[in-house]
Amino acid sequence: MLEKFKIEIISPDSSIIKTQTHEVIIPSYEGEMGILKDHIPLITFLRPGFIIIQGENMKKFFVEEGTVEFSNNNLTVLTSTAKDIANMDKKSIDTLIHESEKKLNNHEISDKERYLLSYKLETLKNINQ
Amino acid sequence: MPSLDDLKKRIKSVKSTQKITKAMKMVAAAKLRKAQESAEKGRPYSQKMHNIILNLTKTISDPENAPKLLVGTGQNKTHLCVVLTADRGLCGGFNSNICKLAKTNFRKIIGEGKNLKIITVGTKGLDQIKREYDKHIVKRFSFKDRKQISFNEAEIIGKEIIDLFNKNEFDICTLFYNNFKNVITQIPQAQQIIPTEQSISDVEDRINSSYEFEPEEDEILEDLLPKNITTQVFKAFLENAASEQGSRMTAMDNATRNAGDLVDKLTINYNRSRQASITKELIEIISGAESL
Repeated sequence: MLEKFKIEIISPDSSIIKTQTHEVIIPSYEGEMGILKDHIPLITFLRPGFIIIQGENMKKFFVEEGTVEFSNNNLTVLTSTAKDIANMDKKSIDTLIHESEKKLNNHEISDKERYLLSYKLETLKNINQ
Repeated sequence: MPSLDDLKKRIKSVKSTQKITKAMKMVAAAKLRKAQESAEKGRPYSQKMHNIILNLTKTISDPENAPKLLVGTGQNKTHLCVVLTADRGLCGGFNSNICKLAKTNFRKIIGEGKNLKIITVGTKGLDQIKREYDKHIVKRFSFKDRKQISFNEAEIIGKEIIDLFNKNEFDICTLFYNNFKNVITQIPQAQQIIPTEQSISDVEDRINSSYEFEPEEDEILEDLLPKNITTQVFKAFLENAASEQGSRMTAMDNATRNAGDLVDKLTINYNRSRQASITKELIEIISGAESL
């Protein structure tokens, strides 16, 4: 049995989930990152992607941005955009895809924005599958 | 001495006022519960955000190159004051308490010979402030048509503040809002958001943890600080919304009670003058009969 630690996803207006798990995968800005118990203290921020909470009842959240802190076996994710994939319907995903494609075609956006948008698009397309 | 009819009208009008204040109290009570809940739910987010920033601040080795949003411009010339008030009245001292605190600060800032810039959010505060400080107001916001304040509104204001900062329009930014303590007590507060205020005790508490950062500290800070400003604004919004409803509830409760007292007093007056006129008529009849 793998040892568990606490995870909490907090949005500005509520706490989205507070649970215990043995592994969480987060889409950190420089690549995906798996976190297990007793990870060293860490602060990082997110790019668009999935937060996956592993376990018997695995949960998957779509996020666009956020800040992550891990210390003393407490993982805190601060984000204003987390959505449980189970609660997203196809139509809203399609509109999001459409919007990001439109933004991506605009040539005035900076490289950083382009980087973030392309990840957003890729992630959104992955939900549909 | 008012006539019986006058008194009757008065009583009726006070009674209908009482009905309105009672209804407003009930509505405020219902809204308060919701607002209070969201204010309490919003606290962990801003608290955690604050902690992360404190942790980051400690690790910055070179304060001179730290992001300006954190350490400020190093000057203390122009103050930006963001005054958050409600869009509706009839909520006791809610709006005027914020304005009073804000105005005290304005006077201090001007007295010290510094520049003052004001952003108002909510129409009630604007009305009170523009009488004296109209020429200092740089931007006015109102979200009257929104039913519920969401993070998006806070983002609009956060962006505006950061834009102004990037254009070097001000050095220090302060938020004015009511902090929701409980239904009866709301404390008007001035919170400095740029440069970030750092309480020393917090820093000492967590000095032992050393963090790994990915990417570098500066990059995280650059991403986090604007977010923190928005979060602080949002927190102020939530606290304000709860305070407004709490304050309105208390005010309307008092108004209902006062209206009740007034109705009682007027009814006594009414009965007394009715009795007096009956007695007067009787005396007239009796003395008329006697003289025959």
